[in-house]
Amino acid sequence: MTTADLLGKILQVVMGLAVFAAVVGLLIFLIDKAPKKGRDYWQLAGFLAPAMIFLAVGLVYPAIRTGILAFQDKGGDWTFDNFVWMFTQPAAIRTLINTIVWVALVPVISTAIGLAYAMFIDRSRGEKFYKVILFMPIAISFVGASVIWRFVYEYRSGDREQIGLLNAIVVAFGGDPVQWLQTDPINTILLIVIMIWIQTGFAMVLLSAAIKGVPSEQIEAAQLDGTNAWQRFMNVTVPGIRGSLVVVFTTISIATLKVFDIVRTMTAGNFNTSVVANEMYTQAFRASEVGRGSALALILFVMVLPIVIYNVNVLRKQREIR
Amino acid sequence: MSSVAPAELPIDRELADGEAAEIAEHEPSTKAGRVKKRLTSRTATIASIVIAVLWTIPTFGLLISSFRPAELIRTTGWWTIFQNPGFTLENYQDVLFSASSSSPQLGAYIVNSIAITLLGTLITLVFAAMAAYAFAWIKFKWVNWLFIFVFALQIIPLQMSLVPLLQIFSTVLRPMQAWLHDIVPIIPEQNYLPLWLAHAMFGLPLAIFLLHNFISDIPGDVIEAARVDGATHGQVFFRIVLPLATPALASFAIFQFIWVWNDLLVALIFSGGTQDVAPITQRLAELVGTRGQDWQLLTAAAFISIIIPLIVFFSLQRYFVRGLLAGATKG
Repeated sequence: MTTADLLGKILQVVMGLAVFAAVVGLLIFLIDKAPKKGRDYWQLAGFLAPAMIFLAVGLVYPAIRTGILAFQDKGGDWTFDNFVWMFTQPAAIRTLINTIVWVALVPVISTAIGLAYAMFIDRSRGEKFYKVILFMPIAISFVGASVIWRFVYEYRSGDREQIGLLNAIVVAFGGDPVQWLQTDPINTILLIVIMIWIQTGFAMVLLSAAIKGVPSEQIEAAQLDGTNAWQRFMNVTVPGIRGSLVVVFTTISIATLKVFDIVRTMTAGNFNTSVVANEMYTQAFRASEVGRGSALALILFVMVLPIVIYNVNVLRKQREIR
Repeated sequence: MSSVAPAELPIDRELADGEAAEIAEHEPSTKAGRVKKRLTSRTATIASIVIAVLWTIPTFGLLISSFRPAELIRTTGWWTIFQNPGFTLENYQDVLFSASSSSPQLGAYIVNSIAITLLGTLITLVFAAMAAYAFAWIKFKWVNWLFIFVFALQIIPLQMSLVPLLQIFSTVLRPMQAWLHDIVPIIPEQNYLPLWLAHAMFGLPLAIFLLHNFISDIPGDVIEAARVDGATHGQVFFRIVLPLATPALASFAIFQFIWVWNDLLVALIFSGGTQDVAPITQRLAELVGTRGQDWQLLTAAAFISIIIPLIVFFSLQRYFVRGLLAGATKG
C-alpha cells in the first residue's frame, strides 16, 4: 500500500461521511419545511424514505427477481430445469443431504452442550470467566475460526511429525494420520464441529440468562422434597426455560442453514462437503449458472421460512403472556 | 421493557409452577442423596473445566504458533514449545509490513475493513433510527402494516438478493464510480460505495425493528411537550430521540460492527477482491487458498483479523451481548 493509496482511502471515507451527512441534513431540512397541507404525511414520508428505498432496492426487488430467475434458463425462457438439476444430479443431491446433516447436528449439539455448561457453572466461582471462554468464538469471524481449525486438522504425510493436533493425538494412540478434510464423510462432520464451536457460546449465554430467571423458590422447594439434581433439572429448570430453548434452537438452525464461510474457507465445497449456501455462490458467481444459483437460494428461503414463522409465533405468544 | 428484545427472554412461569407441584411428592431427603449431590457438583466442575479447555485449545494453539519461527511451525507441534523453544515477531512483520508482492500485505486490507465497517455501520444506524422514529411517533393507519412488512423482510436470506443486486450495482453504480475516478484520480475505480450500500441494505430490517422497540418506549409526554413548544420533527429526532436512544444505538452499532467486520459473503461479491477494497476476512480466505501450507503467515494473519473484534468484545461485552442476543436472527 503506497501513501497515495492510503490517502485515496481516507479521502473516500471523508467524502462518504460528508455526502452522507449532507444527504441526511438536506432531508431533515426538507422535512421541516414540508408544505402545510398534509404536513404529517410528508414528514412521515421523509423519515421513512431512505430506509424504504434501500429495502426496496436491496431486498424486495432482488428477492422477487431471484424467485423469477430460478424458473428461467440462460436464454430467459421459462423452465423447471434448475430444480430438476437440483434433485437429480448426484453432486447437487449431496449438497442438499449435507445441509440436512448440518441442520440435524449443529442445533442439537450446540444447545445441549451450551445448556449443560450453563447449568454446571451456574452460581459457581468464576462463572463470569467460564462464560467468556465459551463465548469468545462468537466474536471471531467464521474465516478466522476456519483457519484456527484448519491448523487442528492439518495433515503431514509419512513419518514426519504431525503439527495438527488431531493427527498428533491419533498418532500418539498408534493410529495412522488421516487427511481429515479430504476424507468423505468425516470431513463434513469436522466442519460441523467448527460451527458447534462457534454457536455453543451463544446458546450458553442465552440459556444461562434464562436459568437465572427460574424462581429459586421452586428449585428450593424441589430440593426440600428430596429430589436429586437431575430430577430438579428435568422437572423444574427445563420447563422453566422452554421458551428460551426454542429461541436458541431455531436461531442456531437458521444460522446453520445459511452457513457459507466455513465451507468456503475450509474446502470450498470440494470432497463432497458442499452445502446449499456455498453451492449457491459457486453456481451463481463462479460457474455463471445464475438460474441454478437462484433455485438454490429459493430452496434456502423455503427451508428457513417455517423455522422463522415458528420462532416469531413463539416470541409473540410469550409477549402476550406477559 | 428493556431496550433490546432478548433481555426479555421468556419464562413460562405457570407451567413451571405446575411441574414443581408435581415433583413435590418425590422421595425424602437422605444422607445418600446429599453425598450424591456433592458428587454431582464435583462432576459438574470437572465437566465444565474440560469443556472450557476444549474450547480454548484451538485458539491457544494458533496464538502460540503465530509467535514461533516458520521452521519450527513446519516441523514440530506447538504443544512441544518447551522442547523446541523459539520466539519471533517476524511472522507479524511479514504479514503486516513486508512490501514484497508475494507477502500478504495485510495493512491495506485492515484499512479497508475499518473503512467498510465505519460507514457500513453508520448509514444503517442513522437511516434505521429515522425510520424507527417515524414508525413509532408519526401516526398513520397503514404505517403499522408497513412496519410488519419491514419486520418480515428479515426472513429473506442474503443469498436471495445477491445476483440481482450485483446487476443493479453494475448498471447504476459502476458508471458513477468511473466518473468519480476521472474527477479524483486518487480514488480508485473500485471503491467502497457498493459495500457500504449493501451492508446498509442488509442491516436495515433488523436495525429498524430493534430501534423501534426502544424508541417507541420513550415517554410520549416528552415528545408531546417538545412538539407543543413548536419543535419540528427534525429537532425532536436529533435533540430528544437520538440522545435518549443511545444505549440501544450502541448495542446495535456494536452488533453491526462485528457483523460487517466478520463478513465474507458480501465482500466476495461486491468488493472485486483487490487491495483497493477487499476487507481482511476476504484476504485471509484467499491466503488459505493460495498459501495454505505457510502456517507462519496464516497463524499471524488470522490472529490479526480476529484481534479487533475480540478487543471490542472484551471492552464492550455488556453491550455486545445485548446486541448479539437481539440480532441473532440476522443474515
